Amino acid sequence: MSCCAPGVEGGLDLNGSGSGLPSSEELRLSAKVLGDGLFQTDLSVPGVYCGACITTLEGELKKLPMVARSRVNLSSKRVSVVWKESVNGQATDPSEFVRQIVSTGYETHLFSLAGEAGDEQRNKLLRAVAVAGFASANIMLLSVSVWSGAEASTRDMFHWLSAAIAAPALVYSGRFFFTSAWKALRHGQTNMDVPISIGVLLSYFVSLWETFNHAEHAWFDATVMLLFFLLIGRTLDHMMRDRARSAISGLARLSPRGAMVIGDDGSREYRPVEEIKPGDRLAIAVGDRIAVDGVVLSGTSDIDQSIVNGESTPVPVGAGTSVQAGMLNLTGPLEMKAMSAARDSFLAEIIGLMEAAEGGRARYRRIADRAAQYYAPAVHLLAFLSFLGWGFLGGDWKHAMLVAVAVLIITCPCALGLAVPVVQVVAAGRLFQNGIMVKDGSAMERLAEIDSVYFDKTGTLTLGRPRLVNRGDVGEDALSIAAGLGFYSRHPLSQALFRSAQGLFMPTFAEISEVPGAGVEAKAEAGVYRLGSRLFACGPEAAAAAQQGAESEVVLSLDGREIATFLFEDAPRPDAEASIETLHAKGLSTAIISGDRAPVVASLASRLGISQWKAALSPRDKAEAVSQAVSHGSRALMVGDGINDAPALAAAHVSMAPATAADVGRQAADFVFLRDSLEAVPIAIDVSRKAGQLIRQNFALAIGYNIVAVPIAILGYATPLIAALAMSSSSIIVVVNALRINRMARVEHPEPPLAAKAPTLGQGAHIAV
Amino acid sequence: MSNLVFLIPIALFLGGLGLVAFLWTLRTGQYEDLDGAAWRALDDGDDKPEA
Repeated sequence: MSCCAPGVEGGLDLNGSGSGLPSSEELRLSAKVLGDGLFQTDLSVPGVYCGACITTLEGELKKLPMVARSRVNLSSKRVSVVWKESVNGQATDPSEFVRQIVSTGYETHLFSLAGEAGDEQRNKLLRAVAVAGFASANIMLLSVSVWSGAEASTRDMFHWLSAAIAAPALVYSGRFFFTSAWKALRHGQTNMDVPISIGVLLSYFVSLWETFNHAEHAWFDATVMLLFFLLIGRTLDHMMRDRARSAISGLARLSPRGAMVIGDDGSREYRPVEEIKPGDRLAIAVGDRIAVDGVVLSGTSDIDQSIVNGESTPVPVGAGTSVQAGMLNLTGPLEMKAMSAARDSFLAEIIGLMEAAEGGRARYRRIADRAAQYYAPAVHLLAFLSFLGWGFLGGDWKHAMLVAVAVLIITCPCALGLAVPVVQVVAAGRLFQNGIMVKDGSAMERLAEIDSVYFDKTGTLTLGRPRLVNRGDVGEDALSIAAGLGFYSRHPLSQALFRSAQGLFMPTFAEISEVPGAGVEAKAEAGVYRLGSRLFACGPEAAAAAQQGAESEVVLSLDGREIATFLFEDAPRPDAEASIETLHAKGLSTAIISGDRAPVVASLASRLGISQWKAALSPRDKAEAVSQAVSHGSRALMVGDGINDAPALAAAHVSMAPATAADVGRQAADFVFLRDSLEAVPIAIDVSRKAGQLIRQNFALAIGYNIVAVPIAILGYATPLIAALAMSSSSIIVVVNALRINRMARVEHPEPPLAAKAPTLGQGAHIAV
Repeated sequence: MSNLVFLIPIALFLGGLGLVAFLWTLRTGQYEDLDGAAWRALDDGDDKPEA
């Protein structure tokens, strides 16, 4: 079903037995039960970007009899598949539709349905905005009639109608502000919601009282309009966080949800990871991640532990080797004994470290809250003083009350409430176009303040994918033989060999066997070819004589004689050098903190022009390095991807992770970038700084507006008409100013998806395997 | 004055209609995939009931 369409990597995944795809057991475990034998599975498909993708994916899925219906969501880049438990009495295999998706050339990941609560809150806010909008439009209609000169009894009726419309809107839409203000007051603090709530409630009840006394002015329109504008700000703020969250969880490359447990009688059962007890025997297939810490009982294989400790080369394991949760089994099936439950595993320890290392996030107070700290008391004092002033000087306490209310309404932080969220939403949209997700607005405020950048090495500065470096030295013949052999292995070095020989003719071999933990062996007419470690390919004497440099090596031999040695290094991310240079040009200091070996780190550091580096650090060391810098007053950005980086990510003032990062790493990071290029780091800093600038400009505008409007209100000239004009015009100015960020930050074109750039699979010979 | 008796309820009713329509679109999830909807509008073969 696979051969022609997919990209080369997709093809490899299909031929390899395990691959990174979720297993059927995992899919079954995570599916949502809809009843009537129907299940729903949501998958993230980061590659979809246009209408053709929708049609292709939905069309391909429809071809499968087991799929009842499927729908692609282009905004959240997900596809939700509703599938039947059985077709014509036969049980179905859910991994079939995952393979179908992969065969169309899109990569896909399973993710949990945890993020649903956020949607509920967003809908609540949207409903509140709608109600406030409806009320303010209708009240404004009545108010305009009053301002155009409605007469006594008509005016009274209009006021009563306005009061009737405003009351439910106040309760329904205002509750967000009232509850938040009440919470703050109860803890003896103030926030932006306190002046908002006081202004809204006071203006409503004073207007009601005025209406009762057949007075000329009522402020119902201002009351509801305030709510409307402020709710828009609040909703934007929430939606931005929401979108980032769904996109991030959508990319989740899960730590395993379960493992195959072997019973005493040899029976096999797939159990969720929480139910695995110490002492259980687990079967780990090729391509699976290890679920809990344990010891290998039997089998040999290579283990990719880059996500755990940053070590870039896979390590051979055999009986007796201890392994940790999160490591990826590459070449041979293993049987292991669980030594600890999931909650005591390495992963859980990391999470404990992360909680201990609460960084800038917890201490940071948002700009809006800091502004409110000064703004609220100032405004209340001003209103109270005008009340006293008019009362003592004028003697008319009722009029004094009205002036005080007018001051409160005019100063109510409409523009301030919009100033921050609008800028941040627009900036987040800008970042999203550049392939960067932001978790929340405060992250951007913090990123604008940084003075130093700490990088992890494997997977962050580098792609975590090895690249052949001595292609020119080895000769094409040797390379094509090695690539032909490498095709059969899931070892990353073999796959890199295969990739770098694209376009060459590759021989096929009749008898091929993979020796887990060592390499690949094939019998051909010329003799026995071996590809793998020097020990495996050339025998113990040659291995003892050779020296290991900074690069990883793979040796190709014929009947034990070395033909060629292939040297690999982990390729740096595209634009890594240029990005580091840009960071230096911005006056930021850079450093590498890595868990990898010193020579590897040193060579990369000198190549990228980073003078400070530390190697062979444990997760705890990394977190300490960062929190030490933070405690010395430096505001550090941490960029990292592995589970071992997660505590450091949490300790830093602000943090960033690539989308390929471990789940924990992505959860800990404030920013997640989706593209390969490291340019994302300077871009994010750039946009955040510009956003910070615009926020300050907006504050200046809002304060300038107050300087003009407040004297008018204090002097008693602020009629409801003037208040309405002043409020809406200041809000519009702030929004328009925020939109300028679209012109300030650069635009990049989205990358073509995998399907568009995948070369055709030229090596037809391999398909026959 | 007397025409207001009709006009105001009509105005409120029309506004309310808009509000109800919005709440309906929200509840039926029509804002879930704005990007996708933009493309689906151009797709001829999409969303037809199955024969």
